[in-house]
Amino acid sequence: MAVAARKPARTTAAPKSAQKPASKSAGKNGKGEARAWTKDEEVRAYREMLLIRRFEEKAGQMYGMGLIGGFCHLYIGQEAVVVGMQMATKEGDQVITGYRDHGHMLACGMDAKGVMAELTGRRGGYSRGKGGSMHMFSKEKHFYGGHGIVGAQVSLGTGLAFANSYRENGNVSLTYFGDGAANQGQVYESFNMAELWKLPVVYIIENNKYAMGTSVNRASAQTDFSKRGVSFNIPGEQVDGMDVRAVREAGERAIAWARSGKGPYILEMQTYRYRGHSMSDPAKYRTKDEVTRMREERDPIEQVRRRLLEQWKMKEEELKAIDAEVREIVNESAEFATHDPEPDPSELYTDIVL
Amino acid sequence: MPIDVLMPALSPTMEQGKLAKWLKKEGDTVKSGDVLAEIETDKATMEVEAVDEGVLAKILVAEGTDEVKVNTPIAVIAGEGEDASAAQASSKASSGPETSKDAKVAESMPPVVTGEAPKVAAAPKSDSAVANPPQPDVEPEPEVPAGTEFVTMTVREALRDAMAEEMRRSGDVFVMGEEVAEYQGAYKVTQGLLQEFGAKRVIDTPITEHGFAGVATGAAFTGLRPVVEFMTFNFAMQAIDHIINSAAKTLYMSGGQLGCPIVFRGPNGAAARVGAQHSQDYTAWYSSIPGLKVIAPYTAADAKGLLKAAIRDPNPVVFLENEILYGQSFQVPKLDDFVLPIGKARVARAGKDVTIVSFSIGMSYALKAADELAKEGIEAEVIDLRTIRPLDIDTIIRSVAKTHRIVTVEEGWAQSGIGAEIGARLMEKAFDHLDAPVLRVSGKDVPMPYAANLEKLALPSVAEVIEAAKAVMYR
Repeated sequence: MAVAARKPARTTAAPKSAQKPASKSAGKNGKGEARAWTKDEEVRAYREMLLIRRFEEKAGQMYGMGLIGGFCHLYIGQEAVVVGMQMATKEGDQVITGYRDHGHMLACGMDAKGVMAELTGRRGGYSRGKGGSMHMFSKEKHFYGGHGIVGAQVSLGTGLAFANSYRENGNVSLTYFGDGAANQGQVYESFNMAELWKLPVVYIIENNKYAMGTSVNRASAQTDFSKRGVSFNIPGEQVDGMDVRAVREAGERAIAWARSGKGPYILEMQTYRYRGHSMSDPAKYRTKDEVTRMREERDPIEQVRRRLLEQWKMKEEELKAIDAEVREIVNESAEFATHDPEPDPSELYTDIVL
Repeated sequence: MPIDVLMPALSPTMEQGKLAKWLKKEGDTVKSGDVLAEIETDKATMEVEAVDEGVLAKILVAEGTDEVKVNTPIAVIAGEGEDASAAQASSKASSGPETSKDAKVAESMPPVVTGEAPKVAAAPKSDSAVANPPQPDVEPEPEVPAGTEFVTMTVREALRDAMAEEMRRSGDVFVMGEEVAEYQGAYKVTQGLLQEFGAKRVIDTPITEHGFAGVATGAAFTGLRPVVEFMTFNFAMQAIDHIINSAAKTLYMSGGQLGCPIVFRGPNGAAARVGAQHSQDYTAWYSSIPGLKVIAPYTAADAKGLLKAAIRDPNPVVFLENEILYGQSFQVPKLDDFVLPIGKARVARAGKDVTIVSFSIGMSYALKAADELAKEGIEAEVIDLRTIRPLDIDTIIRSVAKTHRIVTVEEGWAQSGIGAEIGARLMEKAFDHLDAPVLRVSGKDVPMPYAANLEKLALPSVAEVIEAAKAVMYR
């Protein structure tokens, strides 16, 4: 198997042994051996990650052309996190995240056209052009935003879990935030309530090493984010967030824990963003070398691509066909987002109160 | 020297209470720390401890007595070797309206508070405009059919009943906040809710305003209807990001997809003697936010009818109560389902000479001033805004078209305040109706001081309202 040696998942937290997750070692999912990946699953992961990457590349290009305004935070490099997690969910589970949210929306099944048209501020956008890059929602796809205030989504996501618990509907809230947001006070207020009330929430900390321009080491006293729940007895793991298989496996473990009524679970996804914090960030705080090394050695899409070619013996042409299909979706979305009209001026005064 | 034991104040706003029970009887020896008696107010029970040693010489207020005013002598303790009969004489001499200098020992009587908000006990507000709250004229409202029976009810009871009725009506409604459940509410507004609805729907939170405001907002995104109690709105500054950025803006930012049916409620503004950080009026802050509705009732009837409306409203509502009004009684219509419309002001007193517009506790100054002005032949029309956003400017303009003069009254600061907003709107929409500049009576432009005299100066007064009303009449 052409599987790169993977860092075993490390489990921290839960001093009470009874509270420990079923397994901490790699290769287990709490119910025995990790499920082997089928070819279809690998293809799905490849396709969905590729869609996010191509979409984000196009968004970057359109930003450069002046079609997208304001802030635009790209997810390139982090695709395996949300795609792997979504592969571990079931219908009804909610997703909420911060401002780097395009990838999450696509992974939730939201239409690329609607997302891109929102980026360009057009009437066909998910928020009719009134939300923008950081503020999009889809109740139908259980995607609750898209929040521009760093850390706010953590309390809100805990509230989604509260509602699941109140309604006893068996759903789990997947609450994403970054290593930067992990230093916000409300994160810990939420951890406390989530564990106190045993709320079904998985906190996914996307540690991409930089909070805007400040590296984790310069901002965090405890850089092992999986331990951030220790004082609340919330179990946590560090996960190789560049490997979609490791993500799905940890995600299944965490979601099962939350769904079974044991309370919250923390996953620190060790990932990396290739681009700047936002489009206007020249990223002078890190070397080109660091980025290049990450792209060449750890790229999440390349890892799957290699497996598809070597392990599953897929042909280059087959992968190219997937590429073409994805490009088609992205191009269509860009086309739509470029030509869709701006919102009618009357929209200024709609949707303020019901 | 015999020492008078005085009726203590339990809270910053307590003015009187019931002497529920004597635990010592006349002739008993009393040591410092002994519990002498139990006292009840409408929201708490406390024990009165002895500070001095001696013999309980005389009980002056029998147990079961209601409405015992703070600082009234309730008993006399004779010192060691003192003649108890001398003590009685002393107490008789000091039981007049002017308490003797012995009465000062009251200050050394720290009340042991049980079931009371964790606040510093202090003397009652000396010049309370609301000792007996001025009652608005009972103007017939379309929501109240003719012949409806009215019952006397405190604002506190009205708020509680509103929540209980809405919780009975919908399982999606729940109450969340600090001390709302087992403690029965820091100000006893949620009294009895836990017993009726259980811990799933009446939820004590940790002291974590930012966090639980976010949790409740997230729950509201899914369609639940949280009623979030802030122990006071002063603490809601910790949570204001969620109230504004998360609750108020999401409907717009989602193109109408994601509503947020939530109520943020609790006491707002100055209580009494609690200093600058606990005495701010946030009405103007919230009123400037599109996406929010803001309600600030004065009477118990409005508190009930509007809180029920707020809980049913599909939007985030900031519901600003007032601690001093909690214990005040008003007439409330006895109806199965009394809901008032949000966004409608009410003429609380009709008049033709000058309009006085206010809301919440400001109404007590306004109505008292109107009474005084009437004695001088000036008929003031008093408008209770009730809802601050959306602001019922039409009702104000109708009144100004008649009186041509207006004074605004609020406890908050003048700059960018509600009075400033009303003044500006009248410039835009009713300039030709005005025969005098709009005058504002407001809280003074200072952080709230602690000292009793300074605090009184910092707040609006009935005299200031009268003076302003006369000024706009050029009298």
